[in-house]
Amino acid sequence: MVKLRIFRFDPSKWSQYYMEYDIPIRENMTILDALLYIKEELDPSLTFRYACKAGLCGSCGIKVNGRETLACQTRIEWFGEGKVTLEPLSNYPIIRDLVVDHEELFKKHASVKPYIIRNEEGVDKEYLQTPNEREEFVQAATCINCGLCYSACPTVSIDRRFLGPHALAQAYRYIMDNRDSEPSARLTIVDTLHGVWRCHFIGSCSHVCPKGVDPALLIQRVKRFFILSERRLKRRRPAPLKS
Amino acid sequence: MEKIYYDVVIIGGGIAGLRAALEIAANCKSKVSIAVMSKYHPLRSHSVVAGGGISGALWVGDSPELHAWDTIKGGDFLCDQDAVEMFTQLAPKEIIKLEHWGVPWERNKDGTLQNAQRMGGHSFPRAVFVGDRTGHFIVQSLYERCLMYDNIEFLNDHFAMSIVVSGDKVNGLTALDIKRGIIVGIKVRAIVIATGGLGRIYRTTTNEDQNTGDGMVLAYKIGVPLKDMEFVQFHPTGLVPHGYLITEAARGEGGYLINAKGERFMKRYAPERQELAPRDIVSRSIMFEIMEGRGFETQDKLGYVLLDLRHLGEDVINERLSNVKETTMTLLDLDPAKDPIPVRPSEHYMMGGIHVDNHGRTCVKGLWAAGEVACVSIHGANRLGTNALTECVVYGMLVGRDVADYLEKDGQTSTSASTPASDTLKEDMDNNEDKILELLSRKDGESIYKIRRSLWAIMDEYVSVIRSREGLETALSKIKQLQERFTKAYLGDGNRYYNTSLINALELENMLILAELITISAINRNESRGAHYRADFPKRDDVNWLKHTLIFYSKEGPKLSYIPVRITRWHPTERKY
Repeated sequence: MVKLRIFRFDPSKWSQYYMEYDIPIRENMTILDALLYIKEELDPSLTFRYACKAGLCGSCGIKVNGRETLACQTRIEWFGEGKVTLEPLSNYPIIRDLVVDHEELFKKHASVKPYIIRNEEGVDKEYLQTPNEREEFVQAATCINCGLCYSACPTVSIDRRFLGPHALAQAYRYIMDNRDSEPSARLTIVDTLHGVWRCHFIGSCSHVCPKGVDPALLIQRVKRFFILSERRLKRRRPAPLKS
Repeated sequence: MEKIYYDVVIIGGGIAGLRAALEIAANCKSKVSIAVMSKYHPLRSHSVVAGGGISGALWVGDSPELHAWDTIKGGDFLCDQDAVEMFTQLAPKEIIKLEHWGVPWERNKDGTLQNAQRMGGHSFPRAVFVGDRTGHFIVQSLYERCLMYDNIEFLNDHFAMSIVVSGDKVNGLTALDIKRGIIVGIKVRAIVIATGGLGRIYRTTTNEDQNTGDGMVLAYKIGVPLKDMEFVQFHPTGLVPHGYLITEAARGEGGYLINAKGERFMKRYAPERQELAPRDIVSRSIMFEIMEGRGFETQDKLGYVLLDLRHLGEDVINERLSNVKETTMTLLDLDPAKDPIPVRPSEHYMMGGIHVDNHGRTCVKGLWAAGEVACVSIHGANRLGTNALTECVVYGMLVGRDVADYLEKDGQTSTSASTPASDTLKEDMDNNEDKILELLSRKDGESIYKIRRSLWAIMDEYVSVIRSREGLETALSKIKQLQERFTKAYLGDGNRYYNTSLINALELENMLILAELITISAINRNESRGAHYRADFPKRDDVNWLKHTLIFYSKEGPKLSYIPVRITRWHPTERKY
């Protein structure tokens, strides 16, 4: 048996409180399995989000004992016999119980122009990109947009306009993609008071990332462009087409 | 309740839906308003789970014709061959397009795209891929590309409840805004259904829990027939006991299947291709091994075999199959470089779906379907691995182009934002509001989750890899009892805000309808073809059954009819691998 202490918020009454549930543990049980057990057997009104159950869709992010994590990738036995506390992610408005509103995260993400900008419509050959050139950004592209980093970021909690680790890491992803022809357009967007310069390099974003993306490092690398090599980046010739 | 207007609403934000949105935005000269509606968010769609790769004839030595032949043979000759030919012709261009839009495909040293033999049934290594997380990267790139267009809007946290037809055209749809718990009515000129599959009607499935076939039911209820619903694909290697997908790329990279006697048993069933035979054959072979006592068993008497990757070495596993490793490590503490993985067949893909033509059009004007929810049919009785992602982008594109064409020709005059919505839309909104109020106000009854578990047990036992008339008839009568029990079920949550129990109830209602349709279609097909294996009719019967099943809604219950398979160049032969 494990006791789960879960944060509840009911928007219809605007009330918040904690509720405790006793969970009989099964072998290899995840926190998500436990939440589903509560929903199906004990209290159908408990509300949380999940989809793929395999750490790929990024929807079941919550805080377990204060640390951001994907519920489907966290085993309940890791926490021993004591009480385990589940809470919604920080830095987001809470919709209900463990469900938060990611709208701001996705707005900031969209604001860094996270797409290939290139003025060659209708070409029918691939761009050439060597494994090394691909290696430059592919780590950032494995981000599943779960938003755990945004919740863990202490800077976001004091500056709501800070773009945050998720959006900045994605800016880096497209700045470094040599198929893109406008890296400087994105540099202008992040070169602001609430952009990369606001990051204090605390590193909690990287600490909680379930995919090992390391946004803290990527943000420092963006800063380096301004100091060392922005001009070089501006001169970069976009990837050629396969002949 | 409130009303809004869009020129076109795409229900479902996976690969097919996003690709369609992009094509409409790029092809409409006048600026149309496009909405992509999802139950949660496009980046959480089931497409992200797709592992292995996407196929297209891009290399010297391969050709669209060869790709078409592999697909048709793999589909046990139930594919419409004209559709397959068009599909394989368009595939290479779509893969290049994805490349231009940012998908970080694996590369050769010279910077060109890398290919691999990753999936069973293909006679050429034509898979393009990104590790074992191809779907994730495609969804991401398409979603981000959509952000370029200011006329593509995302209606997240919306559950589509009904499609409104007035005259012979679609005119609107109603949806539940999950966050606020209210019914919205949307006036539209066109609708694309791209909601994916229905894996969740089975307990053991590789699908996300969102895949409850809602789109199929939306179309079915307005009179659009569903096609070939008896053909449900089981992926041979679902992780035991959960059913999570262990991608076919694991066998594509050279993994072996082993029974309890330590034999590579696939040599008995497909001597040439062994583990790389098509999925229906491998799934069936595993089930035969288990049934004949050569499998392993869990504590709960669940039979399984082993997938052995140890000989591939740690490097290949870390680089090419990182996600397989991550999943087995997190869920079972099992390192595939050291221990074989326990697997058994798990529901994976629906070959059947909304009956559409080669351009994804349904029989209702203004209504299209694309992706897994639709049945063109290009997969016939069994889909080959990597063809699903290709299907989603090719049909997303084709449908998008056709919708754009329709919107241009149709003009703004007939139903523009200013004209009042039809009475049917208001009526539908009222009806759905009543339905939700009634569901929320119930005070007691059986839990919907108990009913869902019963459904899972029935489907897993009787409507699975190996079927018989007797079993299917038992299933049908039990499903009907569940439908009855559902009318009195209790949600246990009366709150209007973000009520996931309410969503689960609406989904369960759809799942119970689809379970019935699958079972009826399966009872009536007295042969074995592709994924539909009948123990009482173990042979394929081309004389009587080389035809598609259609199932229609009627007040008295589902009605069946059949249409011929379109054969162009390739005549049915025996399938040998």
